[in-house]
Amino acid sequence: MQMKTEFNISDMHLDVLKEIGNIGAAHAATSLSELLQRKIDMHVPKVALVSFDDMFELAGGSENVVVGIFLRIEGDLSGSMFFVLPIDSANRFIRRLIGDPHFDFSNPESIGEIGISAMQELGNILSGSYLSALSDFTGLKIFPTVPSLSVDMVGAIVSFGLIEVSHYSDEVIVIDTKIVEEDENDKSVDGHFFLLPDPPSYMTIFKSLGVM
Amino acid sequence: MEMVKTVVRVGIADMNIVREPDTIRTSGLGSCVGVVLYDERRKVAGMVHVMLPDSSLGKGDSINVAKFADTGIYSLMEQLKAEGVRPMSLKAKIAGGSQMFQFGSSDTVRIGPRNVEAVKKELARLSIPLIAEDTGGSNGRTIEFDPAIGTLQVRTVNAGTKGI
Repeated sequence: MQMKTEFNISDMHLDVLKEIGNIGAAHAATSLSELLQRKIDMHVPKVALVSFDDMFELAGGSENVVVGIFLRIEGDLSGSMFFVLPIDSANRFIRRLIGDPHFDFSNPESIGEIGISAMQELGNILSGSYLSALSDFTGLKIFPTVPSLSVDMVGAIVSFGLIEVSHYSDEVIVIDTKIVEEDENDKSVDGHFFLLPDPPSYMTIFKSLGVM
Repeated sequence: MEMVKTVVRVGIADMNIVREPDTIRTSGLGSCVGVVLYDERRKVAGMVHVMLPDSSLGKGDSINVAKFADTGIYSLMEQLKAEGVRPMSLKAKIAGGSQMFQFGSSDTVRIGPRNVEAVKKELARLSIPLIAEDTGGSNGRTIEFDPAIGTLQVRTVNAGTKGI
């Protein structure tokens, strides 16, 4: 299968993918807001065809240490999904959820089972809301794997989700939605949802929404 | 004359070559493997950041040789030869090949160990001795090689930096 010769990606295709990011992340942001009892804002999704190195830049830079939740999607649609959080934001979320002000992802000794489970559950709920919204919107059957957690360098985490794509190409279509916590003084980005469909699924998405 | 040190960066599925006093670096290796080929005497080194074990896995209409263990190492050796390095004098150091996550399609889960196996196989085929390795586990690595001293610095999030 040769993704480049199959079709040219038009603005219309990009709009469809943006809409997927919009709907998915809006549901996920609502779930996060309910969990944390805080107002969560979502940025307008960015959709782009980027090199793998640029993909790492979007997630904070290859060597930057982040908390990453990763899952694979199978079914009518296949791809990878990440929820990537800076350490500070992940700490803030988990401290609130488990009521432990000393919890710290950057200190391995302070990371107990409860904190890990809470982060995994957070990943479960957010990706579940994102993907069920995506499934409702497209009418496609989507089966996510259980999300897995890693605290490590962006490159090490995100490259794992690029393995499938790398069989076809050196570039990837990424649907990137940022979320920020509204009450925080610091308006820096709290997290990113990245949806990376495998190249054979591009057509499936467009067909499901009547855009060829 | 003062020599200015430059750090040459190698991206994912990318390769490059340096001479003393410059160093060469790639960051955020997970399941990927960083392969360094170097000539101790001439103080020249090349690095390739390998993503997949074998070029037969490529499904695109063109292939990026640096992405695969077989074509990447071979092509790096050819580039070093063009720089006047004799293949007989080349040595190798490698790092990476982690199993970052425990699920995915069966081929993908073990991609790290498979990359390491494929790298070793290609080095053996080209008769390039493997001098040191820091491979496996489930953590990311950033590596930097200094051709002046032949040391590969390996940095991880939890274990700091060590030289191999």
